[in-house]
Amino acid sequence: MSCAETFAGYALRSLGIGERLLPRSDFTLCEQVVLIGSGMIWNVYFAVFALAFGFFAATAVAVARASERWWLREPARAFIFVLRGSPLFIQFFIAYETFVLIPKAGIDINLGFIEITAETRWLTKAWLGALIVLFLNTTAYTAQIFHGALMSVPKGDLEAADSIGMPPFRRFRRIVFPSMLRLAWASYTNEAIFLFHATSLVFFSSFPAWRQAGDALYYANYFADKTFNPFIPYPIIAGYFIAFTLLLTIGFGFVNRHLNRHLRESR
Amino acid sequence: MFTYCQEPGLLSGFDWWSCYLTTGKHLAFYGSFGTVMMLLLLTVPLILILGFAGALARRASFAPVRWLGLIYTSMVRGVPDIVFFLFALIALDQGIEYMRHIVLCPDWSEPIRQGNDFRVCDIAKMPLSSAPQWQHEVYGFFLAMVGFAVVFGAFAANTIYGALCAVPHSQLETGAAFGMTQRQVFRRILLPQMWVYALPGLSNLWMILIKATPLLFLLGVEDIVYWARELGGAKTGRFEYPHPDWRLGYFLALLVFYLFLTWISERIFARLNARVSRGQATMGGTV
Repeated sequence: MSCAETFAGYALRSLGIGERLLPRSDFTLCEQVVLIGSGMIWNVYFAVFALAFGFFAATAVAVARASERWWLREPARAFIFVLRGSPLFIQFFIAYETFVLIPKAGIDINLGFIEITAETRWLTKAWLGALIVLFLNTTAYTAQIFHGALMSVPKGDLEAADSIGMPPFRRFRRIVFPSMLRLAWASYTNEAIFLFHATSLVFFSSFPAWRQAGDALYYANYFADKTFNPFIPYPIIAGYFIAFTLLLTIGFGFVNRHLNRHLRESR
Repeated sequence: MFTYCQEPGLLSGFDWWSCYLTTGKHLAFYGSFGTVMMLLLLTVPLILILGFAGALARRASFAPVRWLGLIYTSMVRGVPDIVFFLFALIALDQGIEYMRHIVLCPDWSEPIRQGNDFRVCDIAKMPLSSAPQWQHEVYGFFLAMVGFAVVFGAFAANTIYGALCAVPHSQLETGAAFGMTQRQVFRRILLPQMWVYALPGLSNLWMILIKATPLLFLLGVEDIVYWARELGGAKTGRFEYPHPDWRLGYFLALLVFYLFLTWISERIFARLNARVSRGQATMGGTV
């Protein structure tokens, strides 16, 4: 099989498209690169969606954490403490065991005038279950970063906004939120990189890989197990991660420049 | 454990629980918390040594050493730690066996990599296949320790490097002006002061290290995660203490353990930070 054929057959293998059977012996370098790259689709999927949803949720949690009302502040504090204080690995296990206990058929929610069936069977699948865990985890870490930044927004800015009679929500949107992002962005970039790296843990999270469609580490581990030679698949997956981390850093760098565009270019 | 535990089938309530929670396997489970703590305590010195070595290498005046330091610190940062663990462990294992093979079996003619196999002569196996079980376990633990030290040493090297650079330069120059040698400046001025700058990063690293310990399970060590899965799984009537799937409960216990560990570490580091900030010209150290 030539490399182009391998690519056509296996590039989307992790989504269940293409060849059904994985190669069993005499692995070529091309097969390893293509299959591990195919698995990277899942890592990128987890990172993108967890970060995208987590960003907004974290803003809400950070604001709640800074609230003067105790019934908003304390739950936010507890949420952050539990998720930041425990290993992601344990969180994966707990989430999986919990999701397994939820009845597969769905839960009927009776709202009086209409009955809704909440779909629960997807929760035990990695694409949703693991995503929820990663989302909650990054929400907690990001909320802590945002909360720190929120506390460092200069008081003078808020007083200026109040003095011209800005309503609270507009004050948040125009003054507090942009300042918070600006202050938090460097740490948030780090968190995004950590989360992206954490997606490789999904492989061990006990969410089963269905029909051998797994993430990058699933395939790397498959090759390493079959050939008993770690010196090819692991450097390949490392290369992929370095490349995507670089892309992530560049992307976040652009946003950083956009956030600080009003400042004099500092070198 | 207790005398009334002879017939577990007849027990109920408190008696059942007191017997169930003191079975041999449960005692091993409690012991594995010690394994985790031991790993934490044994790797910290290694991490600091590697961290210092990496940081000093990055500051070296000899360019190849500097590049080596830079490669070490940036490589580990770009790759997920779990990938690194898996790789470093097999690589280390095979490396050791390969070395022993060369030394112990010089007249072995077959190639070591035969297709998909990694084959060394029997007496080069590490540990020997005839060795008792505890040697295998200790060896596995040792490998895991080295893996942790290599990965977290790189993170520590970054932090320490930053801290070494953060000490005000004028202080070093003052030292030199007093006629101190470079070594003396390093030992008397740079080293005592860098801790203020390094401590926030190192405490963060400690938190990450704590939260990385469940990965021991993936490296084949019988740690708390292993036992939680083993004990929590559903037990049918064939077992002495049958129960349904209790893994959720066991994992919640692990969660509490980790929360407690991070909580107490946070408090200790807050104290330590106050201690090293004493007399420093930073915002936290005015007294």
